[in-house]
Amino acid sequence: MTQPATALRTTSLNAIHRRMGAKMVDFGGWDMPVQYSGVLEEHRAVRQCVGLFDVSHMGEIEIRGPEALNLVNWVTTNDATKLEAGQAQYSALLYRHGGFVDDILAHKIAGDHFFLCVNAANQDSDYQHIAANNPFDARVENAGDRYAQLAVQGPRALETLQKLTAVDLAPIRYYHFVDGAVSGAKARIARTGYTGEDGFEVYFPPAEAVRLWEEILAAGAEFGIKPCGLGARNTLRLEAGLALYGHEIDASITPWEAQLGWIVKPGKGDFLGREALRQQKDRGVARKLMGFEMTGRGIGRDGCEVYVDGAPAGWVTSGGPSPTLNKNIGFCYLPAHFARTGLAQTGRAIHIMVRGVPVPAITIPTPFFSRRKARST
Amino acid sequence: MTNMYPENFRYTKEHEWVRVEGDTGTVGITFHAQKELGDIVYVDLPKVGTMVEQGKPLGAVESVKAASDLYSPVSGEVVEVNETLATAPEKLNADPHGEAWLVKIRMTAPGETTHLLSAAEYQVYVEAE
Repeated sequence: MTQPATALRTTSLNAIHRRMGAKMVDFGGWDMPVQYSGVLEEHRAVRQCVGLFDVSHMGEIEIRGPEALNLVNWVTTNDATKLEAGQAQYSALLYRHGGFVDDILAHKIAGDHFFLCVNAANQDSDYQHIAANNPFDARVENAGDRYAQLAVQGPRALETLQKLTAVDLAPIRYYHFVDGAVSGAKARIARTGYTGEDGFEVYFPPAEAVRLWEEILAAGAEFGIKPCGLGARNTLRLEAGLALYGHEIDASITPWEAQLGWIVKPGKGDFLGREALRQQKDRGVARKLMGFEMTGRGIGRDGCEVYVDGAPAGWVTSGGPSPTLNKNIGFCYLPAHFARTGLAQTGRAIHIMVRGVPVPAITIPTPFFSRRKARST
Repeated sequence: MTNMYPENFRYTKEHEWVRVEGDTGTVGITFHAQKELGDIVYVDLPKVGTMVEQGKPLGAVESVKAASDLYSPVSGEVVEVNETLATAPEKLNADPHGEAWLVKIRMTAPGETTHLLSAAEYQVYVEAE
């Protein structure tokens, strides 16, 4: 078996992934499992029972000090003053020109202590960006090496994790977290995720990673838990309509374009990127992210060109089969007038170029999959 | 370990196989190819009557994760397409050397197959990859 190139970074679970037969790939400079038993099986495990993901490659940045809140509110788009201790919010770091540095989860631990979970490949640039834009009495720490992270996701995630912790999990609301212990290891237990399912993301010291991985798998065995790789993580987040940095968002894309206006709070006061966003709104946003579904035979994939009325009009940011919906779905950027009246404009016929052939598709609302809608009847 | 790749097939470095009977070559993808791709969800094959060339695109096989181009191991005319794969592409994961063949080609240059790998050569090639 080939060993990871020395240039690749590894999580504390690398040897376990290899021993358990996971297929490994270079993911943004990290040697990570893309699949264990198979993407479809892992995807279904998360939708139907529970899956376990090693997401220790994700970065953590800690901000402490009397003006920690001021710094967080200056470098992020959402309003961190609205957070209570023990609450998390989805937010973004923007460049002054309005493009994304990253999308993040900001957790408020206390008035003088915030904990940011950031994308693996961006953690060093995020840290540098925040440190370089810190005129406040606040300390910024690039803390990724101090945390491992496991995501326990799916309808049986709570029952699985509850076996290993004295923290009462049921009362933890979505996007809230509790600091406690899992199997005796100090852990931050957050009711968050990237799959569109109920579940938890657990942050803890890397030295405990192997033990917690094995204990969570044992705890979930009766529910049919599966270790999952980044392949299923991607199909799950796509169905749930969640953005992925480098695909739906990057330095050249603004939140207005990415349909992430809901995490931008211009009324909270000034923040990095606010002026550029105001100007873009005044000028008019030229392109917007839209969901699509293939109606012809073929799968629109990342990078495919999108045609409207026979002319090139945009590109696919993420696309592929949806195992839950049993159709081929994706996100694409299109001229904003297709999206202007929101859902009323969906159902617009487009074509996606697949291996040089235009394949019919239609725009559809996102998220493609919602567990509430799917299971309410 | 015995070779899992049939002795009577010839193989490409792009992981297709061809089984020759008379002037007809039956074409498929190898066990290794389907394993690397993972769950196969879509197969894009040429229509009957299409002329194809050795080493040139034949179509594509798509897994959940990615699309992978197919290259024809032989030149000739497509005379039959395995239609069952349109509705059951997962058969390519289950039986890539048998039931899940892709196309049959009436070969115009049967001598071409001497450029292809034998089962033993392919096995060595895959293990080194």
